[in-house]
Amino acid sequence: MNYFQLFQLPEKFDLDLTELGSRYLRLQKQFHPDQHAAGSERDKLLAVQHTANINDAYHSLKQPLLRAEHLLALRGLKISQEQRSFTDPAFLMQQMELREQLADIEHSDDADAVIVNIEQLLQQQKKQLQQQLATALDAVSHEQDQLAAELIRKLKFFYKLEQELELIEQQLQD
Amino acid sequence: MAYSNKVIDHYENPRNVGSFDKDEAGVATGMVGAPACGDVMKLQIKVNNQGIIEDAKFKTYGCGSAIASSSLVTEWVKGKSLDEAQLIKNTDIAQELALPPVKIHCSILAEDAIKAAIADYKQKQGS
Repeated sequence: MNYFQLFQLPEKFDLDLTELGSRYLRLQKQFHPDQHAAGSERDKLLAVQHTANINDAYHSLKQPLLRAEHLLALRGLKISQEQRSFTDPAFLMQQMELREQLADIEHSDDADAVIVNIEQLLQQQKKQLQQQLATALDAVSHEQDQLAAELIRKLKFFYKLEQELELIEQQLQD
Repeated sequence: MAYSNKVIDHYENPRNVGSFDKDEAGVATGMVGAPACGDVMKLQIKVNNQGIIEDAKFKTYGCGSAIASSSLVTEWVKGKSLDEAQLIKNTDIAQELALPPVKIHCSILAEDAIKAAIADYKQKQGS
């Protein structure tokens, strides 16, 4: 299913999230199962199914990485289920070092300052990768799509680092 | 989801955790990652003049299954020739650790890590 078509939005990575939100609410209202309570069993079932699709579509388009994956899937490049290992040594070495920095936070004299530093670094790296991703997806070429897929894989590692950092922050607060 | 006893054993008492100096003679490094879960795995081997893996070390940031898979592989490769180590299959790892289907990718990661280390060794010898 083409989620962009469902919301009648242009098939682009750069998406107006406010517009997406209001179209989502409108569609949800229109197909809410309560609106079809008087209908046949089949109509009710279809309404439930359609509502589920609308929810899936909204959550996929709202989140940048899922939206990028959906765009690539529409162009015939499916990466969301892939289990292939990622093997860029330089990138993975940097990830390893960042993981080590996270692990060292609890032994630091000034954990808060270290956390702020790493947070800034992660934000900066993520922003850079996201900008590259937007450019690659706008090109709509096979080669750039491959690059976009690689950038999505890299971004996933940074999302994971952010999650880990949040966990550490919570543990330190407890 | 419950981990098997073997996974818990490797997780609580991981074998061969650590690093070799990557520039030391005979040392080769395999780095792999899994974007889906953000796991990062480093597996290093130390190969002697006879082409036998004398020692192995790993460092893994990931779930219990990923740590157990890499720990197990470091145990398995010690004493093996490079050709023998190349034959290690993720299915063997998954079976030994009784990994559930959703954790099979952890064993794939460990297989790819040892293959990457062997490839790194061959490349270093060739250069």
